[in-house]
Amino acid sequence: MKLLIAGLLASVTLTAAQAGEIVATGDLGLVVERADGALLLVDRSERAAIGRIEGLGDLSHASLVYSPDERFAYVFGRDGGLSKVDIVEQAVVARVLQAGNSIGGAISDDGALVAVSNYDPGGVRIFDADTLDMVADIPTGSKTIGLVDAPGRRFVFTMWDSGETWIADMSGDAPEITKIPDMGANPYDALITSDGRTYITGLFGEDGMTALDLWQVPPEPIRVLPGYGRGSEELPVYKMPHLEGWALAGGEFVLPAVKHHQVLWVDSTTLQETGRTATYGQPVFAMARPDGRHVWVNFAHPRNDTIQVIDTLTKQVVHEFKPGPAVLHMEFSPRGNEVWVSVRDAGKVMIYDTATFEKLGEIDAASPSGIFFTARAHRTGL
Amino acid sequence: MRSLAFLLASTLMVSASDIADPDALEHLVLQDCGSCHGLTLKGGLGPDIRPDAISHYDPDTLAIVVLDGIPGTAMPPWRPLISEAEAQWIADYLLTGTQP
Repeated sequence: MKLLIAGLLASVTLTAAQAGEIVATGDLGLVVERADGALLLVDRSERAAIGRIEGLGDLSHASLVYSPDERFAYVFGRDGGLSKVDIVEQAVVARVLQAGNSIGGAISDDGALVAVSNYDPGGVRIFDADTLDMVADIPTGSKTIGLVDAPGRRFVFTMWDSGETWIADMSGDAPEITKIPDMGANPYDALITSDGRTYITGLFGEDGMTALDLWQVPPEPIRVLPGYGRGSEELPVYKMPHLEGWALAGGEFVLPAVKHHQVLWVDSTTLQETGRTATYGQPVFAMARPDGRHVWVNFAHPRNDTIQVIDTLTKQVVHEFKPGPAVLHMEFSPRGNEVWVSVRDAGKVMIYDTATFEKLGEIDAASPSGIFFTARAHRTGL
Repeated sequence: MRSLAFLLASTLMVSASDIADPDALEHLVLQDCGSCHGLTLKGGLGPDIRPDAISHYDPDTLAIVVLDGIPGTAMPPWRPLISEAEAQWIADYLLTGTQP
C-alpha cells in the first residue's frame, strides 16, 4: 500500500482508481469514528490509517459488512442511515435513510441483498446491494436485534419485545418467513456460527440462552444454560454484551454472562455447560482468536479500561492489561496473529501481538468504536 | 467517580457547585447512557431521553430513576457509581438538554 500513499501525495485531486493505481483491499479495514460520523480506512500491513471517509451520519453503535469483492462496505448507522462506501475511491457512493433508529445489518451469502434491523419502526428492511433500492419490508412489531445472514439467501433475526426469531428466506420472488416463538425473555443479541448451522441468542430477561439448529426444519428452540445465574447475586449491567460469530474456541462456545461477571463455556455439539471463568467485569465481547486457542474479553463501564485473555484449554485468565479508557472493540487479523483494539477515550486504535501481547503500534482515531477488516467479507455471520 | 462519593448530600437539593467535573458527567451521559439510549439520546434499546420525551418527569423523580434504575427493565441502578448530587445534575441536564 505504500504505492497508494505515494500516489495520493503526488496527486491529491485524483483518487487511486482514477490515477490508475491498483488498490488491493485484502489487508484493509474500516474503523468507526462514532462521534464524527466518519470511517477511518486502515491498512493492516502498514499498521496505519490511509484515508478517512466522512458524512455517514450518527455512527453510535454503527457496524458494517463487506461486499464479496471487498470493495464496498455497507454501513449501518444508529440514525437509520444505510450507506454504501467504496473503499477504493474512499467515497460514499449511495446512502438511504431507511428507518428512524437501527441497530445492525447483514449481507446475503450471494452478496446481492443487504438487510438492516431496526428499532423504529421495528423490523427488518432488505435492500438491493447495487442500488440500495428496498426489495422487502418485514415489520415485526418489536425492536429487532441479532440479524445475521444464513446460507441459502436467508436472514435470521430476533425480537427483543416478543421473544420470537424469524427466518426470512429470500431465495424466491417474495420473502418466505418462518416464525419461531418462545425463544425467551428479552433477547438482546445473537450470533450464527461460521458454518451457518447454529444460531444462539442471549437473553436479558432471564438467565440463559436459546439456540436453533438451522439444519432442522423447522428449528426448535433449545435452551442453553437455563438458570445459569441461580444462587449468585445479580449485578447491574451498564452496557449490553455483544454476541459475534467469534464464539467458537476449540469445540466450545464461549459466551458472556449477563448480570454476572463471568464468561460461560458450552460444548458446541451437546450445548451443555463445560465451565465458567470469573472475569474482571461484565463482559461485553468474548471473542475467540481465529485459531480458538485464546479468548479475549472486554468489559462494560466502569471496568472498560481492561482486557483479559483466557486460555481455552485451562479456562484460566493468562493475561490482563489496561490498554486505556473505554476499550470498545477488538478485531483479530484473519489468521489471528494480531489484534486491533479501539480505545475510545484515548482516541487510539492500539495493535497487539496476540502471542507475546507486545504492543506493535497505534493509530490516532476520533472516538473509535467498531473495527472491521475486509476479510469479514468471506465469513458467514460477520 | 467514587472519589466524588464524599459529596453525597443528605438531601437532593444540591447546587451545581457540588459537581466536581461537569464535562466528565456530560461525557458519561453521552457515552455511557448513550450505550443504550444512543449517542444523541434519541433512543436505542432504551427509550428516547431527550427533553421533550421526558418532560413529564420532575427532576427529583428522574434523579431517583438514575440512582435506582427501573427493576424489571434494562435500566440499571447508577447509585454504585455516582453520587446523589451527580444524579441530580444528570436529571437537570437531561430535562434541559444543556449543562445546568
